[in-house]
Amino acid sequence: MNGLKTSAAVGLASLALSGCITVEAPDEPIVIELNVNIRQEVIYRLAEDAGNTIEENADIF
Amino acid sequence: MGDIMTKRLSRAVLSGTAIAVALGGLAVPAYAQRDPAYAEARASGQVGEKMDGYLGIVGDETPELRRIVNDINIKRRAVYSQRAQATNATIEEYALTAGCQAILATTPGEKYQAPDGSWQTRTSAAPLRDSRCP
Repeated sequence: MNGLKTSAAVGLASLALSGCITVEAPDEPIVIELNVNIRQEVIYRLAEDAGNTIEENADIF
Repeated sequence: MGDIMTKRLSRAVLSGTAIAVALGGLAVPAYAQRDPAYAEARASGQVGEKMDGYLGIVGDETPELRRIVNDINIKRRAVYSQRAQATNATIEEYALTAGCQAILATTPGEKYQAPDGSWQTRTSAAPLRDSRCP
């Protein structure tokens, strides 16, 4: 009975070890896209105003 | 008599000033143009339009390119902030919309950022833009 428990524990431990996930840091910086929540309706509403803003500030666009 | 002359004289001076102001106003161009260093960096593809409405450095960064890009982006952010408030939007919403328009306004040879994040060179064909762009 005790031997069974031990082997079960060893089994679990080896399972846990083999199940380890290694995470490697990517070379490239992680970019989090913050704009995913901006809806198309909002962009359509602002489009004309933004177009005018670009024309009126041609020196910085 | 001297009093009348003084009045006439000052009236003539005033109207002369008014004409000068009017002419001066006509001589000033409607919109300012790009700084030569910015125009050059843009034309040579060293800087490009990002999706988020700001300017980015395309290749290797140099202190000069960083200075140009920061200067433009600080000014853009100020404009976005002002217009976002006027249109009841967030700065990010307004900037993203301006990004759509700025990428559309690039001319062939200039760089812009595609939805996958890669830098593209604008051709005569329509640019690759975010699916939400009008």
